Amino acid sequence: MTGAAVAVVVVLAGLLLGAGYLLGRRTARPVRPSDVGTPVEHATFETLHTASLAAPPLRAGLTEESAGRSARRLRSLLGTDALCLTDRERVLVWDGAGHHHGKDVMEHLKVLLDNGRDTAFDSGCGDLDCPLRWAVAVPLTVENRVLGALVAYAPRESAVLARAAGEVARWVCVQLELAELDRSRTQLIEAEIKALRAQISPHFIFNSLAAIASFVRTDPEQARELLLEFADFTRYSFRRHGEFTTLADELHSIDQYLALVRARFGERLSVTLQVAPEVLPVALPFLCLQPLVENAVKHGLEGAVTRSRITISALDAGSEAEVVIEDDGTGMDPERLRQILRGEGGVSTGIGLLNVDERLRQVYGDDYGLVIETGVGAGMKITLRLPKYRAGVHGS
Amino acid sequence: MSTPDHMASWVAVALVVLATVLVGGFGLRISRTTSDFYVASRTVRPRLNAAAISGEYLSAASFLGVAGLVLVHGPDMLWYPVGYTAGYLVLLVFVAAPLRRSGAYTLPDFAEGRLESRQVRRLVSALVVGAGWLYLVPQLQGAGLTLKILTGAPGWLGDVLVATVVAAAVAAGGMRSITFVQVFQYWLKLTALLVPALFLVLAWQGDGRPRVSFDDQLTVFRADHPLYATYGLIVATFLGTMGLPHVVVRFYTSPNGRDARRTTVAVLALVGLFYLLPPIYGALGRLYTPELRYGGDADAAVLLLPARVIGGLGGDFLGALIAGGAFAAFLSTASGLTMAVAGVITQDVLPSRGVRHFRLATVLAIAVPLAGSLLVSRVPVADAVGMAFAVSASSFCPLLVLGIWWRRLTPPGAVAGLLLGGGSALLAVAITVSGAVRPPGWPHALLAWPAVWSVPVGFLAMILVSLATPGRIPPGTNAAMTRFHLPEALSSARAAAGRER
Repeated sequence: MTGAAVAVVVVLAGLLLGAGYLLGRRTARPVRPSDVGTPVEHATFETLHTASLAAPPLRAGLTEESAGRSARRLRSLLGTDALCLTDRERVLVWDGAGHHHGKDVMEHLKVLLDNGRDTAFDSGCGDLDCPLRWAVAVPLTVENRVLGALVAYAPRESAVLARAAGEVARWVCVQLELAELDRSRTQLIEAEIKALRAQISPHFIFNSLAAIASFVRTDPEQARELLLEFADFTRYSFRRHGEFTTLADELHSIDQYLALVRARFGERLSVTLQVAPEVLPVALPFLCLQPLVENAVKHGLEGAVTRSRITISALDAGSEAEVVIEDDGTGMDPERLRQILRGEGGVSTGIGLLNVDERLRQVYGDDYGLVIETGVGAGMKITLRLPKYRAGVHGS
Repeated sequence: MSTPDHMASWVAVALVVLATVLVGGFGLRISRTTSDFYVASRTVRPRLNAAAISGEYLSAASFLGVAGLVLVHGPDMLWYPVGYTAGYLVLLVFVAAPLRRSGAYTLPDFAEGRLESRQVRRLVSALVVGAGWLYLVPQLQGAGLTLKILTGAPGWLGDVLVATVVAAAVAAGGMRSITFVQVFQYWLKLTALLVPALFLVLAWQGDGRPRVSFDDQLTVFRADHPLYATYGLIVATFLGTMGLPHVVVRFYTSPNGRDARRTTVAVLALVGLFYLLPPIYGALGRLYTPELRYGGDADAAVLLLPARVIGGLGGDFLGALIAGGAFAAFLSTASGLTMAVAGVITQDVLPSRGVRHFRLATVLAIAVPLAGSLLVSRVPVADAVGMAFAVSASSFCPLLVLGIWWRRLTPPGAVAGLLLGGGSALLAVAITVSGAVRPPGWPHALLAWPAVWSVPVGFLAMILVSLATPGRIPPGTNAAMTRFHLPEALSSARAAAGRER
């Protein structure tokens, strides 16, 4: 082969790569709405498509950024020359012509923000040819609170625009309500984490202190050790910052917890630990394992069982870590467990399991819930899979 | 021509395979009670982790290839061991600690975390799989060659053997305590080269210390443009090490950024120590196996020397030791790469997750390079590995260095750099490996050592396109940068203080 042939091969390969890339991009695009149906259907598709594009930014709530990203779509939905979104204090975004009108918008909206009714107003422009002589303003309300307003401009009064603006604003309100819902869900989960932390304390603290007290005279050195463990454990459990921790820290806290439990139960409880050092840096939701271990201890020592054995292992499985917590205690009826995990278990039992399961699903997706194997009198084995990396999950 | 005894080599290879499987499978089975919690939960110390990284890193190219190249082409080839080692210096200075602090397990993780873009993630995944496969081919070919020379088995048997062992071990989850396996493999490899080297040097002294001459090296064709090829090699190895998939995942094991740095320093020492040995074999090979210079597989020099120089039972024993070490090299690098590639395939290529998918991905990760190793003509193993380094250097190096040190990197910029830099390098080496371009001359030199031009292309494309799309800078850039560059203790203290306020 000569140099020329080589050059030809190189160029051909480059072209092929480019062609493949373009082809890939073309085929990856969804079918455009205008490719099928009658003209009326086209219009419907177009409208729905524009609406669906404007929805995601608004799901983040009404902020300057989300308003900026959705305003253009909303304006094309209404087909006006200018559109403006405001919150209660100021203009968030002005899309289209006539920026200078933005200054006095808030003046016109005073009444609307107060009583939450649609208004139309003359923009008070001296220029007769100005396309923004008339405007209709619709409040954006969520649960009867006026968050802001949507203002659409037109050259002259238009009933059609008023009607359309009303509909679009109602649709925006739905998105904002969903945003509100997301926010309250996050708050709920945060509250649950707090509740879980609070749950650790009362009887565990009493029991631990009682156990420590029993050592004070007979074995002061041991009592001192236990008090220090107790101090460390509570500091970790009550820490305020960070939603996530590392497996190393979580296991460390579990060790302290077990030391305190063993001070109470002594020989009745034996614990085996298997940890692959590779998975210790894995980040996971704070206090995710502790409730499961507590659960295992409770089940293990329940009833007439004299001795209980708990195994905790953390293994390396490629891009995931696998944590298994197993006890040989009384176990549980699978049907009852199913109820608990559905949230129908009643107030007193299994809040820990349910909470951990929900938090894992929330953070890593539904593939990563708890896997529990159990039967009456057959002990219980709980398996968690933790991805080594997930965007937004950082330990410490 | 005396060949080593087959039996001893078979035993050595079987022992290494068995030991690997046993250490991997049972290293963790020793259960511990909670009183030993601190032993059980101790994070991997920098020195241990460094030995593991070195064990995974020292591949067939290092074990066999470097000596072969020195034998044929003389001291110029010492740039290979220098480059393989110096890559860790660049890694240490620019990447190690921030990469660890980013929390990323693989390169696609890093790309997604820094640029907040699924598209970039997918592109990086594709390149990781490409570079990994490219790196696996010479490992398997080296195994075939070793087995052929040592036991007279057909050439394909070694490829298939290593591929099967690796696939079985990884898919069965037998590599669970991978750190200990790799540490074991490092010391095995070092011993397997060091002990025979001592005996060989003694024998050479007993022989009256004949002078090793490299004067007639120009008789052997290597490249039309040796200086260009050397620069290509230097750029590829210096900048490529940081992006090797199996090296990146090992940094996750360090508990924090500081330890990641200390690990890298220890790796420099361990790898440097190892690379003192192959040149000895190269020089002695020049004396005692001169026929390898003209045709024949120069990569075999290390394997043939003990039988040739020492002979007898001692020679057989040392030959078997080297064979075991060579197999440790294939197994450790191949299993590390297969794990890394299979992980990426499971996460980003196959649709849903689960253990069965990981097994499927493992088979896929090793089957493609196996097919490649059987079909493609044999390139000297060190050269073939150099190509994987070139791809890594022109795609992952710009991504890591700019991602860590430059605030204005944008997803479109990263895509452009990866496609133009990494894509062109991948294309160039693919053409070379497939044998489409054989005649010497500039086209061959440019395609076989692409790093000299493809690395600047990658950097430039990334920088220029990023500057052209300032609106696309990811919103979380400042937070990511803070995480990368602040020591962990400081950033968690900061977070705590922020909460208290």
